[in-house]
Amino acid sequence: MRRSILLVSALATTLVLTACGAGDTGDASTDDPSAAAGNGSGELTVWVDETRQAAVEQAAKAYEDESGVDVELVLKNFDDIRTDFLAQVPTGEGPDITVGAHDWLGELSTNGVVAPIELGDKAAAFEEVSVQAFTQDGQVYGLPYAIENIALIRNTELAPEAPATYDDMVAAGEKADTKFPFLVQTGTEGDPYTYYPFQTSFGAPVFAQNADGSYKPELTLGGDAGEAFATWLAEEGEAGNLSTDVTYDIAVEAFAKGNSPFIIGGPWMLEQFADLDLAIDPIPAAGDQPAQPFVGVQGFYVNAQSKNALLANDFLVNYLATPEAQTALFEAGGRPPALLESADAASSDPVIAGFREVGAEAVPMPSIPEMGSVWAFWGVTEANIITGKSDPVKAWDKMVSDITGALG
Amino acid sequence: MSSRTTVVAGSGTRSGAGFAVKLVLMALVDALGVFGVLAAWRAESWGILAAMVALLVAANWVYFSRRTLPLKYVLPGLAFLLVYQVYVIGYTGYVAFTNYGDGHNSTKSQAIEALLVQNERRVEGSPAEPLTVLESGDELGFAVTDEDGRVEVGSATQPLEPAPDAVVGDDGRATQVPGWSVLDRAQVLERQQEVTTLRVPVSDDAEAGSVRTQDARTGYVFRSVLTYDEAADTMTDTSTGTVYSPNDDGQFEAADGSTLPVGWRVTVGFENFATAFGDPRYAEPFVQILLWTFAFAILSVVTTFVLGMFLAMVFNDPRLRGRRIYRTLSILPYAMPGFLAALLWSGMLNKSFGVINQVLLGGADVPWLTDPWLAKLSVLGVNLWLGFPYMFLICTGALQSLPGDVYEAAKIDGAGRWRTWRSITMPLLLVATAPLLISSFAFNFNNFTLIKMLTNGGPRFDDASVPLGHTDILISMVYNVSGLDGTAPRDYGLASALSIVIFVVVGVISALAFRQTRKLEELS
Repeated sequence: MRRSILLVSALATTLVLTACGAGDTGDASTDDPSAAAGNGSGELTVWVDETRQAAVEQAAKAYEDESGVDVELVLKNFDDIRTDFLAQVPTGEGPDITVGAHDWLGELSTNGVVAPIELGDKAAAFEEVSVQAFTQDGQVYGLPYAIENIALIRNTELAPEAPATYDDMVAAGEKADTKFPFLVQTGTEGDPYTYYPFQTSFGAPVFAQNADGSYKPELTLGGDAGEAFATWLAEEGEAGNLSTDVTYDIAVEAFAKGNSPFIIGGPWMLEQFADLDLAIDPIPAAGDQPAQPFVGVQGFYVNAQSKNALLANDFLVNYLATPEAQTALFEAGGRPPALLESADAASSDPVIAGFREVGAEAVPMPSIPEMGSVWAFWGVTEANIITGKSDPVKAWDKMVSDITGALG
Repeated sequence: MSSRTTVVAGSGTRSGAGFAVKLVLMALVDALGVFGVLAAWRAESWGILAAMVALLVAANWVYFSRRTLPLKYVLPGLAFLLVYQVYVIGYTGYVAFTNYGDGHNSTKSQAIEALLVQNERRVEGSPAEPLTVLESGDELGFAVTDEDGRVEVGSATQPLEPAPDAVVGDDGRATQVPGWSVLDRAQVLERQQEVTTLRVPVSDDAEAGSVRTQDARTGYVFRSVLTYDEAADTMTDTSTGTVYSPNDDGQFEAADGSTLPVGWRVTVGFENFATAFGDPRYAEPFVQILLWTFAFAILSVVTTFVLGMFLAMVFNDPRLRGRRIYRTLSILPYAMPGFLAALLWSGMLNKSFGVINQVLLGGADVPWLTDPWLAKLSVLGVNLWLGFPYMFLICTGALQSLPGDVYEAAKIDGAGRWRTWRSITMPLLLVATAPLLISSFAFNFNNFTLIKMLTNGGPRFDDASVPLGHTDILISMVYNVSGLDGTAPRDYGLASALSIVIFVVVGVISALAFRQTRKLEELS
């Protein structure tokens, strides 16, 4: 008797819990409860971070209305997405779609957790560099939606004209008589991402590129060009123009206070500069070649183990690759759109247009797995050269051999 | 059943309400358990399912049987111990013997699937064709419309052939095909896995490729570059004819030694332990880091304990006014999250812009975090600030519980203040605090947060060829060596092997130290 009471109450509670479990996703599809109860045909799970949540929500709403499919957005910390995606896809618990950066591609594809996407003729509607960034071995693995790159941000009140060369910039900065002639974030471990345009202006890109723009694991940052860049770093560090004490926070704060006419940085800084008059210029070359920054492309990946691959591809290719969706993503996140039509519309803002112009000349950040080993040595070596702790040429050559050793 | 009823009745009024409460609680536990089992069933996680069932059965047996009184108290703790400690240690041990990491992230079948998917390529120049999903009996088929509006129909077994009688809608997709019924969107979604895996050959020639779709709206002609032979368990590259067969490392390998990128997880025996100690690039930094780890852990315990005990004794003196305020203030650092405090300190110790140099030292240029020795000093200093409140708390507690009569006896015997402290206070204090000092040592030995947030291991060794620095401790070295910080391909197998080594080191030291503390207990 008692046991049957136990059984009944346990069963009842279980039913309630099960109903709750299914209930939080099942509000839109009351007509077909079996679909919501988990056979997987009517649900799409998407991982987003907080800056994209609102915009993806709009596109998801449109898709829900048209197809009757539930799109569930899971809010994640952007920094956690890559590791969690790698760990959860093999267990079958991963999302159908996740937001991500293009430079994760090498790692995601070697681990077999992402599936290629066929953009078909839509590929031509995107900025070329954005599709290129998501391409590996001829296959496109992500739907691009935003392009990010750094440029020279100029306070027009302090410097009315764009500098043509690095020396012009320093001269203009000194003329403005501010605390810093120009600002570039460095930190004690260096910041090779922000310093990359200077490095490329000496003709020392990090890896060799294939004809289609993808990278091959062949180091090219050494040699005479690399050593020339290292020597330049030492000279500028000596002159006090570059300093490892300037961190991101310090640089942004100093520029916002009008302590320098120039800062090298990206659109993510703009919020703090709201009350300044800004112009966006190409980064002036320190060497004799053009200064090319890295481009980072944000996009959406499809889980290779997704049970809803059809829905996932349909949602991405037919709903997120539309001008409306890409413009909404731009308005929510402020990152220049990857779709040409949306990018053209967004370019009515001169600041966005400025970043876009610099981005058109930039190179995609390498997404090959070998890149991880480069980061570990690159920044610290630059920092040590700038502080004068290491001899520039020797330190640079040691860095190249250490990276070669780490690549195995 | 009836016997239980009598038991309840027999135990009288005492258990009437108690049994009801137990019943409700157990019903809740069982409900949660059954819910978990159902969820595990749906997710097809058989391991979790088995563990849930076992725990559930055990819980019911323990709480409804009369012979398991001690277990009634121990079971919850035991269950959590199993789930959070034993399982984790066991899993770490298992991973240490596998090559789990980048390129070996999953099972073999998933790796094969991924390789096939990655190497199925769209035939160059093939058009994007509007597509309709069809059904005939149980079989699915595709109808594609070419550029001139002609419809072709086929299925997995039947290559594409013209269907001149098909009706084409406004968007170019076939809406009616004789002999087939057209599936609407809902029906397609219901069978989406069948639809995405369906390949309709373009012609009898396999080289011509096959039509597939990813969104059930548009079809493309694809051709597989890799094919998997299930019987022989080999991969063949159809463009070059190279045959890849699985090797012991969990990868497909060709005769010339080249491998396919996606591999799977296999057990590799003691290979990870060999790698951990076999890489010459790590040999020299390893010794330095090991020494510093011991120095850091021991000095951290000693400094925090000395300061904590000193403050505890001072604030324990009844002559001191406002002791409560001082005590509260001293505990404040303890109330701050450690990683936040470490980050704050790293800002305050910045060479040019930090508060310490700018305000306290009047614009000095002391390289607190960038000079090897000063960085070590800073790490110890910050850890002292973070750690003394804990020692202060336990010492205060221990001091207050010391018996007053011993002190009286000492006074009568004519012992001075120093003698009393050395022979009575200190030993009695150590009896109470020694086990906590050992656990504090074990904690600091693995104090990853502090190092990561304050110095990130820096400043780097100038002479080493690996990204390690003067303040790196063993656990932050593991994080770096195994690529968890993103500077090298991730290798969870290696990371697990190294953490087991650290576990053994800490475990042995703690065990020896605990044995020593038994002597202290004999004192009292």
